[in-house]
Amino acid sequence: MIHSLFLVNATGDIFLEKHWKSAVSRSVCDYFFEAQERATEPENVPPVIPTPHHYLISVFRHRIFFVAVIQSEVPPLFVIEFLHRVVDTFQDYFGVCTEAAIKDNVVVVYELLEEMLDNGFPLATESNILKELIKPPTILRTVVNTITGSTNVGEQLPTGQLSVVPWRRTGVKYTNNEAYFDVVEEIDAIIDKSGSTVTAEIQGVIDACVKLTGMPDLTLSFMNPRLLDDVSFHPCVRFKRWEAERILSFIPPDGNFRLLSYHVSSQNLVAIPVYVKHNITFREGSSQGRFDLTLGPKQTMGKVVESVLVSSRLPRVVLNANLSPSQGTYTFDPVTKLLTWDVGKINPQKLPSLKGSMSLQAGASKPDENPTINIQFKIPQMAVSGLKVNRLDMYGEKYKPFKGIKYMTMAGKFQVRT
Amino acid sequence: MLDSNKDSLKLEAMKRIVAMVARGKNASDLFPAVVKNVACKNIEVKKLVYVYLVRYAEEQQDLALLSISTFQRGLKDPNQLIRASALRVLSSIRVTIIVPIMMLAIKEAASDMSPYVRKTAAHAIPKLYSLDPEQKDQLIEVIEKLLADKTTLVAGSVVMAFEEVCPERIELIHKNYRKLCNLLIDVEEWGQVVIINMLTRYARTQFLNPNINESLLEEGGEKEFYASDDDEDDEEKKAEAAALAKRKPYVMDPDHRLLLRNTKPLLQSRNAAVVMAVAQLYFHLAPKAEVGVIAKALVRLLRSHSEVQYVVLQNVATMTIKRRGMFEPHLKSFYIRSTDPTQIKILKLEVLTNLASETNISTILREFQTYIKSMDKDFVAATIEAIGRCATNIGEVRDTCLNGLVQLLSNRDELVVAESVVVIKKLLQMQPEQHSEIIKHMAKLIDNIQVPMARASILWLIGEYCEHVPKIAPDVLRKMAKTFTNEEDIVKLQILNLAAKLYLTNSKQTKLLTQYVLNLAKYDQNYDIRDRARFIRQLIVPTDKSGALSKYAKKLFLALKPAPVLESPFKDRDHFQLGSLSHLLNTKAGGYQELPEWPDSAPDPSVRNVEVKDSVPEWSKCTSRKERKEKKVEKPFYSDSEGESGPTESADSGNYGDQAVVALGSWNILKISKTHTHVLCASFTSDQSSGEEQKKERKGVKQRRSGSESESEEESESESSESESGSEEDSESDTDTRKKKKVWTHAHHPQHCHSQQFLLSTSVAPTSSPQVTPVNNFLSSSLASDLEGLSLTDTVLAPTTIAPSASVRMYELLHRITGEGLGVEYCFNRQAFSPDPHMVAVQIHFTNNTSCETKNLHIEEPKLQSGMRIKEFPEIDMLPAGESVSVVMGIDFCDSTQAANFQLCTHTRKFFVSIQPPVGELMTPIFLTENEFKKEQGESSHLHHQPPPHISSSSPMLK
Repeated sequence: MIHSLFLVNATGDIFLEKHWKSAVSRSVCDYFFEAQERATEPENVPPVIPTPHHYLISVFRHRIFFVAVIQSEVPPLFVIEFLHRVVDTFQDYFGVCTEAAIKDNVVVVYELLEEMLDNGFPLATESNILKELIKPPTILRTVVNTITGSTNVGEQLPTGQLSVVPWRRTGVKYTNNEAYFDVVEEIDAIIDKSGSTVTAEIQGVIDACVKLTGMPDLTLSFMNPRLLDDVSFHPCVRFKRWEAERILSFIPPDGNFRLLSYHVSSQNLVAIPVYVKHNITFREGSSQGRFDLTLGPKQTMGKVVESVLVSSRLPRVVLNANLSPSQGTYTFDPVTKLLTWDVGKINPQKLPSLKGSMSLQAGASKPDENPTINIQFKIPQMAVSGLKVNRLDMYGEKYKPFKGIKYMTMAGKFQVRT
Repeated sequence: MLDSNKDSLKLEAMKRIVAMVARGKNASDLFPAVVKNVACKNIEVKKLVYVYLVRYAEEQQDLALLSISTFQRGLKDPNQLIRASALRVLSSIRVTIIVPIMMLAIKEAASDMSPYVRKTAAHAIPKLYSLDPEQKDQLIEVIEKLLADKTTLVAGSVVMAFEEVCPERIELIHKNYRKLCNLLIDVEEWGQVVIINMLTRYARTQFLNPNINESLLEEGGEKEFYASDDDEDDEEKKAEAAALAKRKPYVMDPDHRLLLRNTKPLLQSRNAAVVMAVAQLYFHLAPKAEVGVIAKALVRLLRSHSEVQYVVLQNVATMTIKRRGMFEPHLKSFYIRSTDPTQIKILKLEVLTNLASETNISTILREFQTYIKSMDKDFVAATIEAIGRCATNIGEVRDTCLNGLVQLLSNRDELVVAESVVVIKKLLQMQPEQHSEIIKHMAKLIDNIQVPMARASILWLIGEYCEHVPKIAPDVLRKMAKTFTNEEDIVKLQILNLAAKLYLTNSKQTKLLTQYVLNLAKYDQNYDIRDRARFIRQLIVPTDKSGALSKYAKKLFLALKPAPVLESPFKDRDHFQLGSLSHLLNTKAGGYQELPEWPDSAPDPSVRNVEVKDSVPEWSKCTSRKERKEKKVEKPFYSDSEGESGPTESADSGNYGDQAVVALGSWNILKISKTHTHVLCASFTSDQSSGEEQKKERKGVKQRRSGSESESEEESESESSESESGSEEDSESDTDTRKKKKVWTHAHHPQHCHSQQFLLSTSVAPTSSPQVTPVNNFLSSSLASDLEGLSLTDTVLAPTTIAPSASVRMYELLHRITGEGLGVEYCFNRQAFSPDPHMVAVQIHFTNNTSCETKNLHIEEPKLQSGMRIKEFPEIDMLPAGESVSVVMGIDFCDSTQAANFQLCTHTRKFFVSIQPPVGELMTPIFLTENEFKKEQGESSHLHHQPPPHISSSSPMLK
């Protein structure tokens, strides 16, 4: 399956290579570099590149290309999904997944890759199992290891590997037993020029942080499970229980994990929590353009809209923007033409606005496209779909855990066309 | 440093070496120094040495041999992790000399106690195969063995090995098909992908096309015809349907259904690859009415990383061509955002175009209008093309689209204009008469447009329809003649074309111009153009020796050309298995296994059933009868024990008192147990199950309890109902079974009126059975059969003397091949043998598979161990062809497991046969009332009693 893996940084250098079968010369990456050159943006590099003898499948994350070399037929998603899993694991181990972090921990990276794939076929990808095989590097452990000469490689086969709950390790112990669940919903929307909604949908996830002793068996029930239209589960969730009773029943992995992601049925109308008044005009002949943007809250159920960030890519003819925000700060990058405005909170009494003029390239004609405005925001303590967790129960262990639920609504891909 | 005594120094050195390897530096010089450390005690050093070895052993084969003995020692280590990693490295070092050693190691590891080691063995198989393909036959044996493995851990890896080594040996899957289906949900996600892909291929060879017959599904003929609207095809379809109607109505094979049912929950997987695999399985295998379920899941994947989106959209694009309706409700999910990467935008556009229909075209076109204003010009060009395709496909909007495109001609961006011209040209070809205005407009554009393709298109249009624009055309030619030398080749060719056409229609005005152009072309640098010029000159300019062809010149040049069909590039891509690399690239990738077509004509159902089903025993013509029987028996066994002691169930029911807590305990033991504890724990489990079942019954079915418990209950009941109906001697029992099952459960669960719900719970039920399966692998065989005997009796509700119960394990006495058509099987029916209480009753079942009758079946010359006795069955006078009959004989085995040998005689032949009893069958049946039973049970909870044979089916006891 996966023959080799090359990590390529933004400048086009291969800084790590790993082979699971016979070594493949790194010159195979030349095809990749060619494709990279052809694509203007790194996102536009095709994920699958055929070469005379190999196929290159790549993912681009954290400004690093992970290029897998394969030789024969394999479902491309299989490889892509695996590469993403590799990135997630690195992030889990090192906190960040940057070139520097990988270079610093090259031995751990190598050990990890060795465990994750055998002969190109995934072996252990569950982070709980990997952490038992190879302990994540911490400063304390490094010190202890140098003094005592102990290693950070597990000697025993992780118990999870063999059990029916491979995602959970045995012998977990905590003094404070706690289980936190974050219900995070994202609104994906496209708003057209006139302010009406072209499309809007809600995607949500429940991320959990469970630190419980032993083998707890949790059930989580909702007040209104009918809202959930399409769901995907962590493997720990018992599917038949969900099918029959709409209850999430599971033995959780230890630590952080994504319990559930869901999609709220599109029949329900989505409450759009912010509105934008915009007036962006370019006049023919003059080298000036007007820019006027006002944000306001709507349908927020009394909650505050926070961390608002507006960004927009202005047309190429715009040389500079001279704007004044009523609150927050803005930046304009004349090279990428990216305008970002960090608004902060929206105060319903005093709506934030950004006004001013843009100077255009002299002699250039009026651009015939208007920029799209991307908005990010957060609304804490609210799930926009109205989803509510009813209760969380624990079986199988004697102690009383501390439980917590947090709701949050965020903008996903929220775009306003102008 | 590597020579140092201190581990820490060695470790430091190894770390540096590995860092060098990682950077791609050549570290092979250090090989001798590193190889010495392979036996190092420090596990981290060892691991790093392994990493190094695997990388460089190929280059330094001789030195690598030094390390082999260490691995061989490692293979015997008590620690399974070390055994596994030794095998891993040993199989990874790619040194041809050690192939025999590897082979041996793999064979040994394949029967290792630890499933983890077995998994590693499965991984090692493709490695060895790639090193030495000559080992294939031996490796297939190992694969066959591992395929029979019942742990989820092994399943994925061994199927992977199967796919790499012998994907053509599909018959190896037959025996394991059901097991794989049932285990699937518990296999790790990567294994799931491989198994699902393999099963898709398998199902294509074994089952009938579910869409082949409309009588049952009330849907039109084969899906091949679905996409096309041609009348011709329609007729064909009707003919097909008529032909089909004559055939027996399509009934989906239960195994086909099993596969669909068991893969469906995996659509909820978090792993995109698994979702895609299930989606393609449904697309390729499911009846049309059911394919819809995958749409939602695929749309969900569009939220994922852009690479995932890219692949999913490619597949969706293919699917939308065949099954537009499926994705129509999700139309808005494919709307394009300005932040999408261009390649995603173009794919989404493709999907939107495919989804366009009369009803939604207006919204789609409105969407397209905004896209045209995008800054991304490649995307704008693609949008214009998409508009063109919508216009060709949907007649009503053609004019609207055309007008919109004409407006675009005044766009400032040249690319946009050029693309519009090309599309307009194609559209105009459909109805040129009405649009001479547009042609005129375009003729004016030729002064401004520089893009060669667009210029060529305009010229072609003018030439083609010069009769519609008689005044402009010569003028255009004049202009072009002026700039001829500076044009691109493609434009030059079109100028020649235009000249020729004008010469033929309007020679008065253009004769000189044409000759001038032809002269210019004669001296062109490009040979294509010179060639074309010569060709045209000969054809149109009348000379003395002009050939016969010139008469037809007009016909040649001005023939009516059919309008081009604007087609999706994704058309016909579905002959590649969706989700595969080949599909993505639209070329066959190395190692791609073709997705076989459905068997055209219905394959002989009995043959198919034999191979994959463990159905009714009376179904003759079977080849692998024995396996079938065994499988049939296994199923109730697992699900039964699962029902009561499965970890999930027991854990769930934690608040049901001690019973459940104990159950949980038993599970814990199961998990950590070593071999010696298994005897205890297994019996413990079965006792446990008896207790729980009793309790359940007492509570009765009137109240619905926590889901898991009732599920397990349902499960065991449906299991038994299944086995009951399995014994029906009816070849059409598939559907009957289904119906019967439903009825049965309805009767027992009035509160479950929701049959759908019920079906769901049963569908999921067997899948959790593997959770206890590891137990079985540790069990000694005698104990296994012992246990089996025990749990089996659960399902034998009311055996009568004659009717053979399918759920009792049948053993083969005489194979029908060796028996020349006479197949004989036997089972221990666990009833008292009335003539002699010391004897064990053996029920013998004869099937005559020949075409002529068999006479005088009887036993002769028993060769028995001392003390053993036999009571023969009465001679069977005649067994007509195709019939079967059961008789009972008694054997006193003297409490030993020695075989009883005797001869089975017919009127023509004698066959030597032997019956060897498993331990669990050597029992005396006794009658107990319920109370007595409980008493006995309390006294000796660990002794297995022979069950009271005649027990009413409502009795709650473990028999």
